Amino acid sequence: MTQIKYHMLVCGGTGCHASQSDQILKVFQEQIIAHGLDTEVQVIKTGCFGFCEKGPIVKMMPDNTFYTQVTPADCSEILEEHIIKGRRVNRLLYENPETGEKVSDSKHMGFYKKQIRIALRNCGFINPENIDEYIARDGYMALGKVLTELTPEATIEIIKKSGLRGRGGGGFPTGLKWEITRAVKADQKYVVCNADEGDPGAFMDRSVLEGDPHTVLEAMAINGYCTGADKGLIYIRAEYPLAVERLKIAMKQAQEYGLLGKNILGTDFSFDIDIRYGAGAFVCGEETALIHSMEGLRGEPTVKPPFPSESGYMGKPSNVNNVETYANIPVILNKGAAWFAAIGTEKSKGTKVFALAGKINNVGLIEVPMGITLREVIYEIGGGIKGGKKFKSVQTGGPSGGCLTERHLDTPIDYDNLLAAGSMMGSGGMIVMDEDDCAVGMAKFYLDFTVEESCGKCSPCRIGNKRLYEILEKITQGNGTIEDLDKLRNLSHVIKDTSLCGLGQTSPNPVLSTLDNFYDEYLEHVTSKKCRAGNCKSLMQYMIISENCIGCTLCARNCPVNAITGERKQPHLIDQDKCIKCGACMEKCKFNAIFIN
Amino acid sequence: MEMVKLTIDGKAVEVEKNTTILMAARTAGIEIPTLCYFQLKDMEIENRPGGCRICVVEVSGRRNLAPACTTTVTPGMVVNTHSIRVLNARRTVLELILSDHPAECLTCAKSGNCELQDMAQKLGVREIPFQGAQSTYRKDTSPAIIRDVDKCIMCRRCEMMCNEVQTVGALSAVNRGFMAVVAPAFEMNLEKSPCTYCGQCVSVCPTGALTEVDHSRNVINALADPTKTVVVQTAPAVRAALGEEFGLAPGTLVTGKMVAALRRLGFNYVFDTDFAADLTIMEEGSELLDRLTRHLNGDKNVKLPILTSCCPGWVNFFEHNFPEMLDIPSTAKSPQQMFGPIAKEYFGKKLGIDRRNLIVVSIMPCLAKKYECQREEFKVNGDPDVNYSISTRELAHLIKQANIDFASLPEEDFDNPLGESTGAGVIFGNTGGVIEAACRTAYELYTGKKLEKVEFNELRGMENIRHATIDFNGLPINIGIAHGLGNARKLLEDIQAGKSHFHAIEIMACPGGCIGGGGQPYHHGDSSILKARAAAIYREDAGKPIRKSHENPFIIELYKEFLEKPLGEKSHHLLHTHYFDKSAGVFVEE
Repeated sequence: MTQIKYHMLVCGGTGCHASQSDQILKVFQEQIIAHGLDTEVQVIKTGCFGFCEKGPIVKMMPDNTFYTQVTPADCSEILEEHIIKGRRVNRLLYENPETGEKVSDSKHMGFYKKQIRIALRNCGFINPENIDEYIARDGYMALGKVLTELTPEATIEIIKKSGLRGRGGGGFPTGLKWEITRAVKADQKYVVCNADEGDPGAFMDRSVLEGDPHTVLEAMAINGYCTGADKGLIYIRAEYPLAVERLKIAMKQAQEYGLLGKNILGTDFSFDIDIRYGAGAFVCGEETALIHSMEGLRGEPTVKPPFPSESGYMGKPSNVNNVETYANIPVILNKGAAWFAAIGTEKSKGTKVFALAGKINNVGLIEVPMGITLREVIYEIGGGIKGGKKFKSVQTGGPSGGCLTERHLDTPIDYDNLLAAGSMMGSGGMIVMDEDDCAVGMAKFYLDFTVEESCGKCSPCRIGNKRLYEILEKITQGNGTIEDLDKLRNLSHVIKDTSLCGLGQTSPNPVLSTLDNFYDEYLEHVTSKKCRAGNCKSLMQYMIISENCIGCTLCARNCPVNAITGERKQPHLIDQDKCIKCGACMEKCKFNAIFIN
Repeated sequence: MEMVKLTIDGKAVEVEKNTTILMAARTAGIEIPTLCYFQLKDMEIENRPGGCRICVVEVSGRRNLAPACTTTVTPGMVVNTHSIRVLNARRTVLELILSDHPAECLTCAKSGNCELQDMAQKLGVREIPFQGAQSTYRKDTSPAIIRDVDKCIMCRRCEMMCNEVQTVGALSAVNRGFMAVVAPAFEMNLEKSPCTYCGQCVSVCPTGALTEVDHSRNVINALADPTKTVVVQTAPAVRAALGEEFGLAPGTLVTGKMVAALRRLGFNYVFDTDFAADLTIMEEGSELLDRLTRHLNGDKNVKLPILTSCCPGWVNFFEHNFPEMLDIPSTAKSPQQMFGPIAKEYFGKKLGIDRRNLIVVSIMPCLAKKYECQREEFKVNGDPDVNYSISTRELAHLIKQANIDFASLPEEDFDNPLGESTGAGVIFGNTGGVIEAACRTAYELYTGKKLEKVEFNELRGMENIRHATIDFNGLPINIGIAHGLGNARKLLEDIQAGKSHFHAIEIMACPGGCIGGGGQPYHHGDSSILKARAAAIYREDAGKPIRKSHENPFIIELYKEFLEKPLGEKSHHLLHTHYFDKSAGVFVEE
């Protein structure tokens, strides 16, 4: 009998995958065989560890050594030093940026210290392509329990008591949604999993599906039992090939084990799951648009009510929950509602997964208890702002969330506080910006996305967002007026007030929140035509300091548009009308004679 | 019925459960402005995508404004339809729509009939505060319909008509966001789509995004050409609607004034399509009797039911969608296309006019007629039997251009011989009319008895699909009627499935029949206008001295002098046609 002494967990999440983690896996496997260690050492491809900033990650079990930024060239050293000689490879360990100390166990890293991983419990721990590993971690235990011990009503009661709210953004109480779907009488009902994660830079759902696909399947089956549905549909974007592949493997294994299909675990309950692909439209994350897309119709929302719980896919009652919501279900049922409800704030229970990105040291995927402050997330988990720059703003809730500032840093994160602060939870995007980011530019950046992603059905979203964007552009080009600021505000309010679906109802948030929090900057743009962050090209002026200019003509010769004139050995001049602000002159000047105004 | 009590603008309102705020407000006399919303009451036609957001109202306790057209009332609801918040939002939304709309009102075909223009007036918009990019598209001209979708406001009415009512599927929303617009698939030309040119999209378009191809200029040129003799034929449904263009109440019959106006416009002969309708009955009725008799005699090859073929939109529809059933419809040409060869080959020859110098113009309630008269099989050496087909609306424009005071015109009679018609010809304008006219004649021809009561009330009405059994002296004849192509599709699918028990089916592409045609004055969703037109058609029939096609003296003379007999060789050559499989070739690039 073989005795596995070492497990090497190699991150197979998309980020590490893109940094050759597949190659690392392959090299490890070859060398293990070459060293004759294949009976003692096993390499496992896992889901995302979350610490993408330091990927690819290789974790050694049982001693919990956490190697960072591993390359295929490092494999032999890890094998020879760590496995054979029992010595850690120090240079691959994480270094505490403050103390310079090497940290071997992820538990002691700032990035992980404050995290509680419920939805991500198995990500980076099990092989997502092996159902046995999921089962070994209590997988399908909850399904077994509800099918054999609990009535649907009792199960729903547990979910209700846990206080779990929808993690897709709306925050609707999950148990209540299940109860409503259950109450509707129909010959056919559907369980729908919303895996149409569309926020730029967000990958919460993708990581769960790639790292722990069975948890979603198990939760969907439980939901089917509770609501009276025997058919599940996962709507996933086709741009997630790895998640799709792992879902398919998981579905096949679950069917083989009798955990999906007819008469699950010998009971009367049967449940099947199909995958439906989205073509990448952001609005299809909105549940009615998602359902229309699955029906083969144009992906655009319809007015609610009727809610999908009453009339959803093919007009049948459909329970739509997001991936992360489902990922919480088996744990809640295994550990109890009280355990879950003890985590978080009064109205927001449990944890939330965020995709931390932007100008922050530790970019990655984190799961934190509700109620944690933005400061803890940004400075402790995120390790502060990159390059020691000054924090300016954090944008939560995806492209239609608001930009929060310094004064919001100590606000405990939950659904209601974020809403009150002018932003929202959304599905968990969190983008940090520093002093080099222009407030108007931020708003414009997000509007650019929503303009692109509006389905075009309702006028305020179709035309209003475009007009918002155009006004912002006018301001960043130095042509804005004070009246434009009023126009922005009124238009934003009308778009929020009149749009058909959540996209338009929230898309002006970046504009309103920056207007509220950075009004001075807007004013500077329109009155003194200045951008303090130096982001707005049109507002920049390259100038020559005549005292420093010796008239070497180097700048003039390098200017691509011949905007610089001047006699040899005489100070030169930049024609601002011609200048395209490429910066070539400043780069070439050897006498520090050119500066940006 | 469960009732719900609520308050709208301070008024207590009680309405049935599931009523929308829009409808509840109407019961209280409060008209909330709408743009995308569209309804033809009692005809099961409704468009409420909730897309334009003009009808937003404030509902106490609700976070955002509610679209009145799609929000149902709840007990105790408190609605304010004109708060400052609502007025500001409504106006801003309209300004946004106008900011992406070409300001071409001066030359727009829809000017004066445009619901967007009306809304801008109503809300008092005097300037558009938002300047920016315009969504622009290629202009698409087909034989009957022009798509100028720069003017599209995404109300989706045309899409609803084309897909839900007509089940044609030529139009749907394409592109995303700012560039979203209604178009044929892949934004190809309408001509490459399964469009039937029924024109119902044009009928409901609130702006000038969808309009007819205007041929009135060609008509003026023909009238001005001294070498041409210009004859005109007017379809039955035109006389029941033309008056609306001159401020007369819907349902006013203007037959005599219309004839007078056409004479003053300079037409050499003012004839009536109703005459050709009588002729159609002779041919189509005989075909029905022929197929029926053969069927009764046990001929297994005979196809029943026979389907009417007067409606060119319907012909296009079955050519596109039911190519395997091309042998079921009657081979009789439509009245417009029967009139053409009779005018050119009979009447023209009698006068010694070469067919190329005889210009036949038709006034039609229909846009598909524009396409029909251009079909290759309806031409002789390139010369079309019917040269130009213009709509009721285009005729009204012509009359206005010619400074004719329509209201003060005397009532004049059509010219003979092609102007005399019976009541049976007139009722072609209504759904059920063709089959009723056919029954009047077929009954007498089959039974050899006189039909005492010519009105078949069981064939009349506005229900989508109707059926009746007519007693032909002991022989029960099962009649089916459908108006609207979606309803026609249902009957055709029944035939395909072998479930149809009908002997004859009448199909009209447009809801209500020709009175609701795509070329008629705009009804703006008022179904009472359609009903008034239908009633007028039946009034015209009731007032006619002769009400059966086969008793039309000029029809009798035409057969005696020229055609010899129904379904004879000349008829076969001049009055019957064949159909084409158009299911393939759609969406294929040239």
